[in-house]
Amino acid sequence: MTTTLDRSTAGSLDTPAETAARTSVDHLDLLEAHAVFIMREVAAECERPVLLFSGGKDSAVLLRLAEKAFRPGRFPFPVMHVDTGHNFPEVIDFRDRRIEELGEQLLVASVQESIDTGRVADPGPGGMRNRLQTTALLDAINAHGFDACIGGARRDEDKARAKERVLSFRDTFGQWDPKRQRPELWQLYSGQVQPGEHLRAFPLSDWTELDIWQYIERESIELPSIYYAHRRSVIERDGMLLAESEWVVPGPGETAREETVRFRTVGDATCTGAVRSAATTLEGIIQEVAVSRVSERGATRADDRFSETSMEDRKREGYF
Amino acid sequence: MAATTDGAAAVVAADPLPTHDSEADRRPPAADQPVMDLLRFAAIGSVDDGKSTLIGRLLHDTKQLFDDQIEAVEAASRRRGVEGMDLSFVTDGLRAEREQGITIDVAYRYAATPNRKFVIADCPGHVQYTRNMATGASTADLALVVVDAPKGLREQTRRHVCIAALLGVRHLIVAANKMDLTDWDESTYQRVVEETAVLVERLGVESCTVIPVSALNGDNVAVRSDAAPWYDGPTVLEALEQAPAGEWAGAHGDRRGSGARLPVQWVLRQPGGGRTYAGMINGGPLRPGDAVAVLPGGQRSTVTAVETLDGPLSEAAVGLSVSVQLADDVDLSRGDLLAAADDLPEVVTQLVATVCWFDPRPLVAGAQYRIKHTTRVTPARILSVDGRLDVNRLELDPAESLAENDIGTVTLAVATPLAVDPYQRNRITGSFVVIDPTTNGTVAAGMVGPPALTPLGPDSARLDAHR
Repeated sequence: MTTTLDRSTAGSLDTPAETAARTSVDHLDLLEAHAVFIMREVAAECERPVLLFSGGKDSAVLLRLAEKAFRPGRFPFPVMHVDTGHNFPEVIDFRDRRIEELGEQLLVASVQESIDTGRVADPGPGGMRNRLQTTALLDAINAHGFDACIGGARRDEDKARAKERVLSFRDTFGQWDPKRQRPELWQLYSGQVQPGEHLRAFPLSDWTELDIWQYIERESIELPSIYYAHRRSVIERDGMLLAESEWVVPGPGETAREETVRFRTVGDATCTGAVRSAATTLEGIIQEVAVSRVSERGATRADDRFSETSMEDRKREGYF
Repeated sequence: MAATTDGAAAVVAADPLPTHDSEADRRPPAADQPVMDLLRFAAIGSVDDGKSTLIGRLLHDTKQLFDDQIEAVEAASRRRGVEGMDLSFVTDGLRAEREQGITIDVAYRYAATPNRKFVIADCPGHVQYTRNMATGASTADLALVVVDAPKGLREQTRRHVCIAALLGVRHLIVAANKMDLTDWDESTYQRVVEETAVLVERLGVESCTVIPVSALNGDNVAVRSDAAPWYDGPTVLEALEQAPAGEWAGAHGDRRGSGARLPVQWVLRQPGGGRTYAGMINGGPLRPGDAVAVLPGGQRSTVTAVETLDGPLSEAAVGLSVSVQLADDVDLSRGDLLAAADDLPEVVTQLVATVCWFDPRPLVAGAQYRIKHTTRVTPARILSVDGRLDVNRLELDPAESLAENDIGTVTLAVATPLAVDPYQRNRITGSFVVIDPTTNGTVAAGMVGPPALTPLGPDSARLDAHR
């Protein structure tokens, strides 16, 4: 979008006629190059990495970056979805279509299965399942012997994430210890762990919400339709607009009503709020994000509202 | 008077800046505006001198904070009996940090003005978390040094400036903080200027601007203050907007820099046979036709294509991740280095390096570790500890060992030959980390070559006078 593109036909002998000179780089070029570098380091240093895919915009960007890092080859890792069972159907459609287009392997770690096998207690039909993802994720890590999980978390999302390394160490219990993080100098990412331990790798660490949207626009990345404004039946609860679904139904004193909304994040359907918006295009969304006065998680995540260190507490247990 | 303690590379006088009072501040630049660049800076300095408060103030006054984040900071402040807002809570996000009122680990925050994105590393000040400060400073283009002006530069401030300079940070902004406590006394500010001048001269810093501020009240942070009529230099925000970006990776043609380098990360097999070598370019741009050497082996070849998923490039700038096709079938795999044939790094099995030691167990001769240099991990042995840096005198003293948080020089032997540049010429091929093979923990940051200290000039005595 903003790179200086000097179309030149003066390529060398083996180069196709049409090449571009990239002599100046902007912030998106640098963020992309760094993320690609991180993915290649993780793939090379770790024995069994996996890429975590939620179906959201950040993981859609991760998939594009993995293509940039490894095409024309296959991804050197499978893609895994931690499925809460409370999904937006548009997101599951998108997930399956995208994976098929890419021709990559999809694994699904199921929270419903964790409930069915008694690994976690069922919070009930309307209960939030975000926190339960930790058990499903850690069980899958153990079962497959993964030593690195590449995720789409960004440091601008939350103050605990703002503290986390690009390659973040997890002990054999899957725990993050924020007081004992490994030093991480320059771009020398060290991927070595003992059996049972693993790493979380965050190639999008330095990206902001706005960077993500600008990159999606520049790369024409497809997203689930729920990111764009649409009519939907919603229920207002604790200051959030929850989509009416088989898991979220009007409680006492609540009513469902049609609104024009879009989603700023995609997570478990029981705790991901919609925002009122008329933005049906990327351009409209970018304008909205640029002037928004409420943070992404503040606007849309009920699970971050319990205490001032909700995310730190969940991360300590092994959450994404 | 703007106190700029540099020589040729002076900070230019402040241009009028766009005001920061509108909601449009986080808008991306319009299509007809110049591209947005990226400045990485680290806030460093001693504990309690106000780093987190200054960063919180900067983010708050430039409208980078969301309403819900401000409400959360206000609520957290109230719970701890603070009037109004404790701005340090903006970055001190861990439970233990808020309980103790200190910063334990680096917090990364992001800000943007119309033409620049900022990546901010708010570093901890405590000696025991020096390793985390080094983590934050290692990728910084610039260091924002926060000094408690009434107290002057402390040993820990000197240690931080020293580590930042050794890590290759060439541009400093010094915030002489807490000026409100001195009733904006000019001589207090002047003393910080003098103490800083002596330090940065010895450390080879290129530019350094000292700004009198009150982070608590916001004077001269994002908004010009009339509290110090004797000061006519830039505010912190203005200085940040004027500083050169992309310095850390040498993206803007560093005159001290090396030729082009590409540490090979990954080999991509192309359809129909053939391979390309993937990695990130540093040192200088890479073009088809460039003569390169494959190190440490030493074979020569020519770049025939620089590829990306978006198509081939006729020139690829420093900092881009690409894959390179060569004219010859050479033996080349991860860990090897492609280097411009007319400006080669040195291939060594033994090297002298400056290290920042992070492990509670001391570094002694004979110890065996692993080191990671570019994309190669190899066993290494410490042959000797050669010296320890006194951060107050900025002199290397003879030493037999290095304790936690010491900076010193060592000689080490490596099991695989490495292609290295002096750290001052290339922050990528001149750097390595030392890894403990039993815990896999990173125990040191290493820089190829002795520390770059300018010999003390005739005014070295002033260093002692202000210590």
